[in-house]
Amino acid sequence: MQIHVNGRQMEVVKDSTIGDLLNRVNIQEKLVVVEQNQQIINKAVYNQTTLTDGDVIEIVHFVGGG
Amino acid sequence: MIAGRYARQERFAPIGKTGQCRLAAKHVVIVGAGALGSANAEMLVRAGIGKLTLIDRDYIELSNLQRQQLYTEADAKQNRTKARTAEQRLQAINPEVEIKGIVDELDEENGEKMLHDADFVIDGTDNFQTRFVINDVLAKHRKPWVYGGCLQSTAIALSIIPGETPCLQCLIDHLPQEGKTCDTVGIISPAVQMTAAYQTSECLKYLTGNGLSQELVQVDIWGRTYSAINVKKLLNPTCSSCSQSATYPYLTKEKGMKTVLLCGRDTVQVRPGEKGSLSLSALAKAVKTFTDKINDNGEVLIFEVEAVRFVVFQDGRTLLHGVTNINVAKQLYQRYIGA
Ligand SMILES: [Zn+2]
Repeated sequence: MQIHVNGRQMEVVKDSTIGDLLNRVNIQEKLVVVEQNQQIINKAVYNQTTLTDGDVIEIVHFVGGG
Repeated sequence: MIAGRYARQERFAPIGKTGQCRLAAKHVVIVGAGALGSANAEMLVRAGIGKLTLIDRDYIELSNLQRQQLYTEADAKQNRTKARTAEQRLQAINPEVEIKGIVDELDEENGEKMLHDADFVIDGTDNFQTRFVINDVLAKHRKPWVYGGCLQSTAIALSIIPGETPCLQCLIDHLPQEGKTCDTVGIISPAVQMTAAYQTSECLKYLTGNGLSQELVQVDIWGRTYSAINVKKLLNPTCSSCSQSATYPYLTKEKGMKTVLLCGRDTVQVRPGEKGSLSLSALAKAVKTFTDKINDNGEVLIFEVEAVRFVVFQDGRTLLHGVTNINVAKQLYQRYIGA
């Protein structure tokens, strides 16, 4: 199925979760804010929150460089 | 005031002549004069801010020049300090602005003194340890600031008004152990400029009486993606840094000699327990008795011994390049500089 991540289309397997998505893009859960269809998702439930076709996901990842 | 200097900026309706006058009465502190600090400082000085203070602990190296716009090859050859060099360069750009460069590391001891009279603070640091100190100081003093980070081709920024919008502690509940740094995965200067452009815009907005953004913003300038999340709801009513019951965990004082391993640089920073002025020239004399690899430019003393490069600042703070073990660094410091 298709979802949108930061404005780009991405193909993900059915029943995958926010946690799976973060693993796939190689991002540490602690340093991230994730929004699913304009709702911020609590870090504690990333692995229980499943993605559905057409989801609009925003992922912002804190970095330390400067 | 030289006529017309800010004419184009005054033409911009949200600022106008009124905003320009406000700017001239404001004091901004930038913590860090590396890539982000340089870019923000130059824009603010050109924009006609009243007073700018730049705090930086580091000296200029050749690998900085690709993205740290205030410095030249000559500065790198002489290993000049970033804070003093930036001050001179910025003063030449705009003599109307009161500019002060401070060669020091902002920490839990000096943080309040350095930031308490700022109208706005810009994060130009390259590490979360210092950012969390800034976060606590500004939460305690209820002053606004803008976080900025950049890595590879990505820019991230967030404005913070303590008590009204979530602070760094609300969003990241502990000090992150960074896996990636500019030293390990690199950075391109457009990512710096994008981050700084956002930070300076927020600063100008706030100081001219316009509202700050509530969004955490991320731009990948190479991959051309943009993302913004309104984080207002993540304000934590029991936050240890910004709530009514705050304990300011990063302002707790540590005593004695302090050491920190600088990520990705094979470098340990050692800071003596008592801050004080060290006579670099006296130290240089002593050092000459055991090595001829020595360079003293009046701002920093650099010498090499036991395959370790020592960079000593006037307050005794020393960077040891070529060391990755904190205890080894402490011993070397005690052996060649003193307790
Ligand atoms: Zn907070």
